[in-house]
Amino acid sequence: MSLDKSEIQKIAWLARLGIDKDDIASYCDELTDILNLMEQMNSLDTTEIVPLAHPLEVFSRLRVDNVTENDQRENFQADSSKTKDGYYIVPKVIE
Amino acid sequence: MYKSTLVQLSAALESKEISSEELTRLYIERCKKHNDLLNCFITITEEKALKKAKEADKKRASGTHSKLTGIPIAQKDIFCTNGTKTTCGSKMLDNFIAPYDATLVKKIDDAGFIMIGKTNMDEFAMGSSNETSFYGPVKNPWDTCYVPGGSSGGSASAVAARLCPAATGTDTGGSIRQPSSFCGITGLKPTYGRVSRYGMIAFASSLDQGGPMTQTAEDAALIMNVIAGFDKYDSTSTEEPVDDYTAKLNNSIKGLKIGLPRQYFDKNLNSNVGALIDDSIKELEKLGGKCIDIELPHTELSIPAYYVVAPAECSSNLSRYDGVRFGHRCSEPKNLSDLYCRSRQEGFGKEVKRRIMTGTYVLSAGYYDAYYLKAQKVRQIIRSDFQNAFKKIDIILGPTTTGAAFKLNEKLNDPISMYLSDIYTVSANLAGLPAISIPSGFIGKLPVGMQLIGNYFQESLLMNVAHQYQKMTDWHQKIPQSYE
Amino acid sequence: MNRLMEWETVIGLEIHAQLLTKSKIFSGASTSYGAKPNTQACAVDLGLPGVLPVINEQAILMAIKFGLAINAKIPKKSVFARKNYFYPDLPKGYQISQFELPIVSNGYIEIKRDDEKNKTIRITRAHLEEDAGKSNHEEFKGQTGIDLNRAGNPLLEIVSEPDMNNAKEAVSYLKRIHSLVRYLEICDGNMQEGSFRCDANVSIKSKKQEKLGTRTEIKNLNSFKFIEAAINYEVERQIDLVESGELVIQETRLYDSNKNETRPMRSKEEANDYRYFPDPDLLPILITDKIKMTVKESIPELPDAKRDRYQNELGLSEYDSNNLTTNPDVANYFEEMLEITKGDAKICVNWIMGDLSASLNKANINIKNNPVSAKMLGGMINLVKDKTISGKIAKIVFEAMWNGEGDAVSIIKKRDLKQVTDTNEIEKLINEIITENASQVEEYKKSSPEKKQKLISFFVGKIMKKSKGRANPKQVNELLKEKLKD
Repeated sequence: MSLDKSEIQKIAWLARLGIDKDDIASYCDELTDILNLMEQMNSLDTTEIVPLAHPLEVFSRLRVDNVTENDQRENFQADSSKTKDGYYIVPKVIE
Repeated sequence: MYKSTLVQLSAALESKEISSEELTRLYIERCKKHNDLLNCFITITEEKALKKAKEADKKRASGTHSKLTGIPIAQKDIFCTNGTKTTCGSKMLDNFIAPYDATLVKKIDDAGFIMIGKTNMDEFAMGSSNETSFYGPVKNPWDTCYVPGGSSGGSASAVAARLCPAATGTDTGGSIRQPSSFCGITGLKPTYGRVSRYGMIAFASSLDQGGPMTQTAEDAALIMNVIAGFDKYDSTSTEEPVDDYTAKLNNSIKGLKIGLPRQYFDKNLNSNVGALIDDSIKELEKLGGKCIDIELPHTELSIPAYYVVAPAECSSNLSRYDGVRFGHRCSEPKNLSDLYCRSRQEGFGKEVKRRIMTGTYVLSAGYYDAYYLKAQKVRQIIRSDFQNAFKKIDIILGPTTTGAAFKLNEKLNDPISMYLSDIYTVSANLAGLPAISIPSGFIGKLPVGMQLIGNYFQESLLMNVAHQYQKMTDWHQKIPQSYE
Repeated sequence: MNRLMEWETVIGLEIHAQLLTKSKIFSGASTSYGAKPNTQACAVDLGLPGVLPVINEQAILMAIKFGLAINAKIPKKSVFARKNYFYPDLPKGYQISQFELPIVSNGYIEIKRDDEKNKTIRITRAHLEEDAGKSNHEEFKGQTGIDLNRAGNPLLEIVSEPDMNNAKEAVSYLKRIHSLVRYLEICDGNMQEGSFRCDANVSIKSKKQEKLGTRTEIKNLNSFKFIEAAINYEVERQIDLVESGELVIQETRLYDSNKNETRPMRSKEEANDYRYFPDPDLLPILITDKIKMTVKESIPELPDAKRDRYQNELGLSEYDSNNLTTNPDVANYFEEMLEITKGDAKICVNWIMGDLSASLNKANINIKNNPVSAKMLGGMINLVKDKTISGKIAKIVFEAMWNGEGDAVSIIKKRDLKQVTDTNEIEKLINEIITENASQVEEYKKSSPEKKQKLISFFVGKIMKKSKGRANPKQVNELLKEKLKD
């Protein structure tokens, strides 16, 4: 199971990770090694097994519907380099 | 005084042998003296600590204090601490001042502890050597050419060098236990859900747990009494009632059934480590423990399962680091894509990027069943293995690590080798079981720990056995020469 | 027309209904509309490092309520999943939604087709998810401002099967769901504020073939009128394309109401790989029979049942019943009035559909906010019924109530509008008028039946004027005719 350049680029884009062209080859190798490690799991037949999502097999507690948080904008926007007039500012997004 | 345990410090403060302010200054001076070399701390919160220490002394004077009031402690820089820089060892959060306290931090503050600083760690808790931190590697105080282990390397090194009497850590695949083993201290990973994860920067949500890193099991119990318990802000925290973890420390372990997994003691076990474990077994047998061979047949598969689940969850958990609302933002982004891609490229280190890529891949269309789902099934099987074992025995004993600490840079370019060395620790995370590593000897001048794994919510038993062992041995009292 | 002979339209609809909880679905921040930017976005909503979601009980119960009302299956266990993608209004870089094991599946509702027959529209699923924030593209030159107040608001995404075959059916379905969620009190249906949003998936297929056509998704539809227009436009556009030998591209389009056309959205998806997986920060939800039973008991009489009851038990027309039951506020108002007037349905309907409706429309307010409460209007009707005032005077009283002059009793008293029904008094008035208009009386005696009727109206007019409109017209007419006989 080996990954090629275009797959690496596709994954990097999905994860919005900029990667240098020079690094693509090493990512190919490293990820391929890791995936080969994972192949070991195929030695086990798990068709009848229920996947374990949580170690403790319990169900969710439900929170009562009340407003418990107040306006903390000033505290959260203490780093003002990213905000203007209370908004978070990003380069213009065209829809 | 700085060699004292929490128990001893509590007594010293109570008997007015020393004040909290003096004690805090003492540790902070040690930190400042040794941090350049060891690099345990990313931030030393001197001013805040001294202010709190003075308040603690006032409390003690007016009799409104508690047993732990005024004792210094270090927090791993993965816990959000209100008003203090919280970096998670990453450039991505180099400018992040946490605007709230993690639940664990609140509890420790409320108990009276004084935070003297935030400890260094592998970036976003990904690593087993504390070499991936943006703030540089941490050194093992036993020999500074060696790694302290990771990801809680800063905490382990700091406690080992007695720069603080205790610290907190987090454990996703062994990140408390492995550095504890490498640095000769005691480290406990609680049952999954036992300690709140709110405010603990997430790596792999279904595996992460915060826990104490201390000189002794007794100290670990004191901290567990503070941090354990249900938190309504963490849906995965359990409502299981909390023990008094100090209550059973002195119980006899006569008749205790100790399981020795055949898969841990096979031909791959380092013979030096094996010898130390054998000695430890003898000690426990002297105390009345009975060793029984058990099987944990799928131990080997725990590595691939872990290295699917952890990166998958982390790839999603780390998507929030996009430069928009906090953290590192690249300069003059040309457009939105550039903002995301460059901020994340600049903000994350190599290992983190590697795991995000891996995680994104295994979750992507067409691969989910083959990798993630498969890994969760393997997890179920590993859990069953443990449950079967616990039908026959009370506690499992084995090595924590495949050897003593390795040299800096030795494994940095061989991630697979690094991953494989987690073989003894990751299973407990996958199954959600509590586990503790305690010092059990030396290989050369480097310490090595042994591990005890318990069934769900058996932290009391783990610390009981550890405490009994520590009454018979003195590995946990040893301090690296340069820090005596 | 020709086209519709050859082409079949296939429409599926997705509705995002914001649930009426006080706090957000995964945090305790407020959901109220219109706050200053980012003042209702707490740490959890901002996706700060270390935060965790905690599910809101009310959101679960509201979703179950909807599911029961559409005869859907509610599973014993429901799971939340992460939908991973990057967008600035999505703080965590993933949306907590549901993928496998949604809270509601396989339901249906009935709509009326053009030919008045019933049609079943199947609802594939309804699931819970958190809303994203809002982007402000106008205020910041060359940049976009992000407001995360809306991030974390609870949404119920309702997905229909592609069972609708024209725009009218689509609108009918939407109106039914709109009415239903308001009756259930799980959503206020305010489309202007974005608490009820619709996306339409439209495709065409040749009647000669089995294969379904490529579908496009139309987003940004916030009124029933626009939805109908957008779908119609899109169908025509697709037919045009296919008939000229081109292919319909699978894409997302926006509706421009000014130009009445749809156009493709720029940027956005090369089909996104959302990498769904169960959210490890949340445990599965357990839905017991007890919970379902408790929710079921809280479901009020639903629009269809209410409409049938109005027709069958109250004898109202289908038209009136429909009008009264579309909006639960109107139905409640009506039923309150009904109680006060001891069940006089017809007169209540007339007033609601007539004067009240006209006043509400003119002032552009809804029935819930109107100055004339059901109690007031019902009270006034009772005073008409017991002849305290005439129907004509009632209109004056209504207007006075509308203008805030108080209730009917006090208005009648203050303005001295009580109806004159005393026969002696009326006779007195008649006599006065007869005396004052002697010549017309003479004329009357000699007139034809037609002319007689005109003069009667003349006399009645004078009498009403003299009595300041308070004389009971019927009695006046009768007594006058009697008097003039001699």
